[in-house]
Amino acid sequence: MSEIPDNLLYTDDHEWLRLEDDGSVTVGISDHAQQALGELVFVEVPELGASFTEGDACAVVESVKAASDIYCPVAGTVSAVNEALADEPELVNGSPYEDGWVFRLQPEDATVLDDLMDAEAYGRHLAALED
Amino acid sequence: MGKQTGLYARHRAAGAKLVDFGGWDMPLHYGSQIDEHHAVRQRAGVFDVSHMTVVDISGAGSRAWLRYLLANDVDRLQSQGKGLYSCMLNPAGGVVDDLIVYWQGDEDYRMVVNAATRDADLQWMESSVKDYTVNLRERADLAMLAVQGPQAREAAAAFLPGEIGDAALALGAFESLERDGIFIARTGYTGEDGWEILLEQSAAERMWDQLLQAGVQPCGLGARDTLRLEAGLNLYGQDMTMNTSPLESNLGWTIAWDPADRDFIGRFALAEQRASGVGRQLKGLLLDGRGVMRAGQAVRTNSGEGQITSGGFSPTMQRSIALARLPADAAGHCEVQIRDKFVPAHIVKVPFVRNGQIKTDIHKPIE
Repeated sequence: MSEIPDNLLYTDDHEWLRLEDDGSVTVGISDHAQQALGELVFVEVPELGASFTEGDACAVVESVKAASDIYCPVAGTVSAVNEALADEPELVNGSPYEDGWVFRLQPEDATVLDDLMDAEAYGRHLAALED
Repeated sequence: MGKQTGLYARHRAAGAKLVDFGGWDMPLHYGSQIDEHHAVRQRAGVFDVSHMTVVDISGAGSRAWLRYLLANDVDRLQSQGKGLYSCMLNPAGGVVDDLIVYWQGDEDYRMVVNAATRDADLQWMESSVKDYTVNLRERADLAMLAVQGPQAREAAAAFLPGEIGDAALALGAFESLERDGIFIARTGYTGEDGWEILLEQSAAERMWDQLLQAGVQPCGLGARDTLRLEAGLNLYGQDMTMNTSPLESNLGWTIAWDPADRDFIGRFALAEQRASGVGRQLKGLLLDGRGVMRAGQAVRTNSGEGQITSGGFSPTMQRSIALARLPADAAGHCEVQIRDKFVPAHIVKVPFVRNGQIKTDIHKPIE
């Protein structure tokens, strides 16, 4: 069973988002996603200041078996990236919701966050996938 | 659900993540394939490779048939128990499979071929055996354990009856012995020292338990793949196929051209290819920077284009390595297409790693 913290929002593609006090959102991949990928050996984070629209492939996680895109969950500008992942991609496996965060965005329109899933809805989404 | 080896319940109990491999449910890893990889390079690991196909060959025509079937020559086996790596070719010189054949005295041989190619191999052998007095007997009753790593032989010897253990420790590379139903060969697919052991099911279960209790790391197919890639060992179906010859697969050394009058399947096509020049060759690639090369990616060299056949992340070198089929004279710098970018890499000699040591010159560290 994978961990799904209550205080986060989730996408169909298994990204999680955390709304920060300054209005930015922190983005990472869910516990389910890191388990499915297996041990990570490389994370390509986006460039600071880069702008993306929703659904753009903006980062890449490579595991021992395959590469997988991280899609930008909401339109916005990259305001921070987790530089620790360059040397320790395995942080995503060990701590997907804390030390393994990938990047932070300043969203263009914070109201679009309302369209994302809460923990309960994401839990149902995962259950449906396993059926 | 796929076929299961006799150790399946033990894999489940050890927390293995199981995957389909050639119709078998096999362990991919037992938690961390990277830890398993390091265990084999530094200490000892054990792999259940019971899915591999073992065929015992006997009958008055065995030797003559194998000299016709295989590109390497079993006449090179001059002492009993000695093993030989060879490809089995089709008439066009393409690789039907790669295998190890052991001479067990007189007209008796034992062959170990890949699991995923079992049906095609057996069919191929049956179709070529007609004119020879040969009996083929598949040994699906035997389990197979590969114990690999610098401490593997010592660790496993402790659980063999004393006299067998001592004899096994005296084996040279590619030598084997068989005693009391246990077959031990000093071979492997990891680039480390070790044994491949064939034994009956209950004995395999006992030995597996004893090895794990002694701290030998159980290892899955994930680590097996990164270990063999670091060792520059080809994977059938990926680095060589029905459509590539040994000459194009870094395996020219496995073709026994002499004696010139030995007729083996594929010889004519291989000789033609050798005479007209081999256009493509399998070579090693080392990625200059961060990222991971994967099978199927395109490679641009000064001599033309090629393609990666196996790629991944090397836990020992902490960077990406690959095998690629490239223009034969390609050398030095090249570029690999990873998604939409061309990323710099270097063409290098394989193996990348042998016996725990990095063999490839790394000109510059990753920034």
